[in-house]
Amino acid sequence: MPNMSPKKNPMPSQEPDVRNKNFREVALGYTEEQALNEASRCLNCKNRPCTQGCPVSIAIPDFIKETAEGNFEKAYEIISRSSSLPAVCGRVCPQESQCEKYCVRGIKGEPVGIGRLERFVADRHNAAGSAKTVMPEKNGHKVAVIGSGPSGLACAGDLAKKGYDVTVFEALHTAGGVLVYGIPEFRLPKAIVAKEVEGLKDLGVKIETNVVIGKTLTVDELIEDGFEAVFIGSGAGLPNFMNIPGEGFNGVYSANEFLTRINLMKAYKDDSETPVMKAEKVAVVGGGNVAMDAARCAKRLGAKEVYIIYRRSEEELPARKEEVEHAKEEGIIFRLLTNPVAIISEDGKSVSGIRCVEMELGQPDASGRRRPIEKNGSEFEISLDCVIMAIGTSPNPLIKSTTEGLETTEKGGIVVDENGKTTREGVYAGGDAVTGAATVILAMGAGKKAAASIDRQLSGKSE
Amino acid sequence: MNRIILKQKLNPTVTLFTFEAPLIAKKAEPGQFVILRPKNDSERIPLTIADFDRNAGTVTVIVQIVGATTAELNEIPEGGFICDVAGPLGRPTETEGLKKVAVIGGGVGCAIAYPVAKKLTNLGTSVDFIVGFRNRELVFLENEFRAASENLIIMTDDGSYGEKGLVTDALKKLIDSGAEYDEVIAIGPLIMMKFVCKLTEQYGIKTIVSMNPIMIDGTGMCGGCRLSVGGKMKFACVDGPDFDGHEVDFDEAMRRNTMYKEFEREKACRLLNVK
Repeated sequence: MPNMSPKKNPMPSQEPDVRNKNFREVALGYTEEQALNEASRCLNCKNRPCTQGCPVSIAIPDFIKETAEGNFEKAYEIISRSSSLPAVCGRVCPQESQCEKYCVRGIKGEPVGIGRLERFVADRHNAAGSAKTVMPEKNGHKVAVIGSGPSGLACAGDLAKKGYDVTVFEALHTAGGVLVYGIPEFRLPKAIVAKEVEGLKDLGVKIETNVVIGKTLTVDELIEDGFEAVFIGSGAGLPNFMNIPGEGFNGVYSANEFLTRINLMKAYKDDSETPVMKAEKVAVVGGGNVAMDAARCAKRLGAKEVYIIYRRSEEELPARKEEVEHAKEEGIIFRLLTNPVAIISEDGKSVSGIRCVEMELGQPDASGRRRPIEKNGSEFEISLDCVIMAIGTSPNPLIKSTTEGLETTEKGGIVVDENGKTTREGVYAGGDAVTGAATVILAMGAGKKAAASIDRQLSGKSE
Repeated sequence: MNRIILKQKLNPTVTLFTFEAPLIAKKAEPGQFVILRPKNDSERIPLTIADFDRNAGTVTVIVQIVGATTAELNEIPEGGFICDVAGPLGRPTETEGLKKVAVIGGGVGCAIAYPVAKKLTNLGTSVDFIVGFRNRELVFLENEFRAASENLIIMTDDGSYGEKGLVTDALKKLIDSGAEYDEVIAIGPLIMMKFVCKLTEQYGIKTIVSMNPIMIDGTGMCGGCRLSVGGKMKFACVDGPDFDGHEVDFDEAMRRNTMYKEFEREKACRLLNVK
């Protein structure tokens, strides 16, 4: 008999007023008892609607069934058949718009906490210190993966399991891509990412850091070097700015820079060698996960007032619901339906404020969201000493400009077909480099799809 | 990990490091830079490539030991290893099709101007190489500079070596005495590049400057290195580091470079053990 409680087991978390002063993980994870209880809320429906919401089609009811019966390792096996990074996805997936959106229990109450259960199962597995991975037998094919973010890691993992000789090239000094430079420690501890990367190395994946493809080596040189297929998972690129006056003043950051200083370069630690501005009053422009991350980091660095400035309403906020809730609990001030028009500096050097206008929502635009329209005469100013722009990125030109025959869209994303194949023979791509800024799970899904496609191509070759 | 095969002190604050980096050496061109992290917990700093040897697989940087990270680099002995080096980054300096060029270097910037002068000279361009230092004690690589140019002019602030005066004085004199430059290439402190540009603007001579803003990844991800060039936002790491000097907003660049001055001063004091 399933547990008919209409509510999810709440996630044990650090208290908002405690956690907004430290960088330790916010959500602490279910206990075994909570996990068993939550898993028993699953009805194990015949038509499995949750599965259709999962970009990598995890057999969700099956893993939950095993969890409910206490077979946690079995549950982990089921998840890892479809997902390369369960401990990561359990933490950062937007479950409310994916699996949990379709959960039948969500019709008359809260859906089953699928993400929380995934995290529990993955953490349990990692804590148990799994048996030594058996190195798969090599099939003699060499594949290069560009970028060690979610799409690259997923692609490399799937290929390595099939016996491919995989080398991952990473431009930065640490593997993990956005999982290490972008997503903060309090949402995704770096030890978890490091563990996933170690897991890949155990499968025989080689990781070459400090290699910038498009500069140190080109895609063509990789192919000349004997790589039979190349997967481009180089991620999103140059940060966007608004092109409003004042973006050159000191105290204006892109979210990428602010987060990279804090996460990759560890500026949140007192003894860090990397400086980051410790501002009193901070505004983050944007409404996505990156904006929430930046705002919550600023708060943790000691800012007294932190604003999220977003031009649409709460309903359109693209961030994960849980991140918005967490941000609010932590004291982030939301100025919705507000759009900056200029950054102000009293001394002509550093930021002293931001001038904004109020917006209202008009007719839906091409994206289907109601277009924000400026309210006449609504200008106002907020006094600040730091502004962080979190309004997306434009594709990085390095690989495109050095790879002939690689077609890109008008916006600069790499063109791929339904199998992740680019317009260049033997070259595949996925993740933000194709779609523009999206989610970890979509990137992972794209990496897996490309891996399957590469395998079909190369295994056919050897026959 | 990249092994330092030559470490040579060029003056009291400037040191040359040649290290193994075969992939970078294979691709490097004058004007490009590397991002380097001396130790596992160091900052990432951009350093312009001063020289490279494709056969030996080595890259040379010439570094002014001014802050904490350069001090950490300086702690590594010859034979020791630099933790991380990535590159070559940025676009190479354009050197094709120039008949006569004035290459101007200021202080440690001379080291960066040197490979540009060398390449131009090898291409058959007539190069007047103007180098500026504060005093005689700071002058380095004079023989190399001479070999890389048709005409080397050394300027010192105090007149203790070469001629007394600023690099702009020397440039003005050359132009006024009839030198017809296709281009001026200026590499050095922002204030020097600004004044070179002011001068050449009067004469209508195209001027290229090499910008060295604060940078983290160096690959077009962080946006920290943004500059205003011709009223548009540019990223030094992927669009530069060379820009048309007459279009660069130097005042903004100078302001942005002071962003972490306090932090760096504290850190450097801690590291260099001074108050």
